[in-house]
Amino acid sequence: MFKEYNPLQESMFQVIDNHGKVINDKWMPKIEDKQLLKFYKDMLFARTADLQIVSYQRQGRIFTYPPNYGQEAIAAAAGVHIRENDWLVPAFREMGTMLAKGVTLKELFLYFMGYEDGSAFTKAKNTLPISVPIASQLLHAAGLGYAIKYSKKDEVVYGFVGDGGTSEGDFHEALNFAGVWSVPVIFIIQNNQYGISTPTHMQTASSSLAVKAVAYGVKGIKVDGNDFFAMYKAIEESVKVCRDGKGPVLIEAVTYRKGAHTTSDDPTKYRTKEEEEMWEERDPMKRMKAYLISKKLWSDKEEEKIIPQYKEEVDRQFIEAENYGPYPKEDVFKYLYADTPDDLKDQEHEYDRFLQWKNSKLK
Amino acid sequence: MVNAINDALDIKLAEDKSVIVYGEDVGVEGGVFRVTEGLQKKHGVERVFDSPLAESGIVGTAIGMAVAGLRPVVEMQFCGFIYPAFNQIISHATRMRNRSRGKLETPIVIRMPYGGGINALEHHSESMEAIWGHIPGLKVVAPSTPHDAKGMLISAIESNDTILFMEPKRIYRAIKQEVAEGKYTIPLGKANLVTQGKDVTVVAYGAMVREVQKAIVMAKEAGISVELIDLRSIYPIDKETIVKSVKKTGRLITVTEGPRTYGVGSEISQIALEEAFLHLEAPPARVAGFDVIVPLPKGEHHFMQDPYKIFYEIERTVKY
Repeated sequence: MFKEYNPLQESMFQVIDNHGKVINDKWMPKIEDKQLLKFYKDMLFARTADLQIVSYQRQGRIFTYPPNYGQEAIAAAAGVHIRENDWLVPAFREMGTMLAKGVTLKELFLYFMGYEDGSAFTKAKNTLPISVPIASQLLHAAGLGYAIKYSKKDEVVYGFVGDGGTSEGDFHEALNFAGVWSVPVIFIIQNNQYGISTPTHMQTASSSLAVKAVAYGVKGIKVDGNDFFAMYKAIEESVKVCRDGKGPVLIEAVTYRKGAHTTSDDPTKYRTKEEEEMWEERDPMKRMKAYLISKKLWSDKEEEKIIPQYKEEVDRQFIEAENYGPYPKEDVFKYLYADTPDDLKDQEHEYDRFLQWKNSKLK
Repeated sequence: MVNAINDALDIKLAEDKSVIVYGEDVGVEGGVFRVTEGLQKKHGVERVFDSPLAESGIVGTAIGMAVAGLRPVVEMQFCGFIYPAFNQIISHATRMRNRSRGKLETPIVIRMPYGGGINALEHHSESMEAIWGHIPGLKVVAPSTPHDAKGMLISAIESNDTILFMEPKRIYRAIKQEVAEGKYTIPLGKANLVTQGKDVTVVAYGAMVREVQKAIVMAKEAGISVELIDLRSIYPIDKETIVKSVKKTGRLITVTEGPRTYGVGSEISQIALEEAFLHLEAPPARVAGFDVIVPLPKGEHHFMQDPYKIFYEIERTVKY
């Protein structure tokens, strides 16, 4: 596959078209109907949750949130392949993979409500927290890859970044390190066309983002990120490469951020309605749904029936998060060091004395 | 303050062809806080533009431009994202003049919103000015009002040194103030005596000035007279204004948002000890952040300085 879709040839790997029709039989993955339906429903759940969160934010019930809307197929396909012991190194727009790893919606809610507890990911094995400084996390992915190779484990690292992140030095250093060490890392660029307001062509003069792999001597492929089947297959092949000790791999997943960068952003300032409509045709959910309907595996009716159930589940976890309670003062201090310095303990005690004084004043 | 900064940039762009404004999303969108809104339209895409997403790249290229005679004013989108540029600042921007024995200059202004109190995600709330104040060759300033922001930014752009211009984003839109039209400057390195008082000197800057003003109301009710100095410039430090005030009041409190240890407050206290030791009636006190990571919004109130924390320290110091 990596020969056939060599990034120097400027082609994009696709399996289905915008109408859900298979256009690439050779690479159509073999997935059982039942499983396929589960993957779709997982994506649908992620989209339902994502849209709900944006509405919670508008109601003032959470703070800034970066929506996944329109990019669900990428995180979902990674979520299908990622194993319990594989490492997830997220940026901040990979809900589907996080849920697949065992991160709960409640945890994501807590995080975006402003509790660090939402980053603990208590049930998700080998999952790093959300990384806000752009692209910095990819070096951790390379380091994890080294540790895996060193301890001869059969694990793969999934490292995510956005198109804007490919401009940061850390992106290049990570690819270089991973290439030199030949470690089992799948770097996935979610190219959603914009770094906040800046379009990809203003981030790079390269003809694609996948082509950057060539210079680092690693396998690369440009994939239609709104085509679940293509993403499924590309990641499946990348996992094989990594488990054979021939990693890393760089995947450019071409997609579109249908929503805003975060809920603080207003995309109407920098993109047109025509462009949004063009990408609407390529929506990953619509395309997969069209395929499923054509195979009589799914229907609008079933979808209408299931969405309220999903909404209910999202609401249930949201309300649990909303009732999480006050932020314990101790939590400000206790996680910084394995062995808290005395001076920091003194600062906490001094704060206790201040709070006592303040309470007496407020009485 | 957003408008005042925009105005300062507009004035300098119009007046001086060597001024170039760039950074992440500053062009088409006008910055995530809309500080540079409209400037690209007015002054053209060659002079006000969106850069690739790379802070080291932004500052590093600014050094090249500056050495070649331009005056780049670059934006770091948030205080927590400046660190990729740390190397370019500490290894080159602040060293070119010294290294070339005065032949090369780096007249760069690095604008950066800083500070907490806006319910932001991680890396969006820090006040790490002590790190910057510690770097030889760098000037570090932080305005507390729209009026000061405009005058100080114009001075910064006209300066031949590299200046970190820290903008207290918490009060970006919080203070409404008439700002004089047209060009005026406020010299960098000069503090502002905001309120005269006789019992205790409080030194603050940026968003903390307003918090101290609230504490002053509480102190007044308790019969305590506070002298408030807005430091304005973290480096260089206006020793003269601080020392004169401390000699008068005999007491000093510093109010800063950043972590306490090795902080700006420590440096100012040391100045008081060195220059006004015999006038002191109480140990210099620090109201500062704990030595912790700024908690996410639900825990941020534990970390932020509020008027109560400041008044608590005022009362303790005066009663010492």
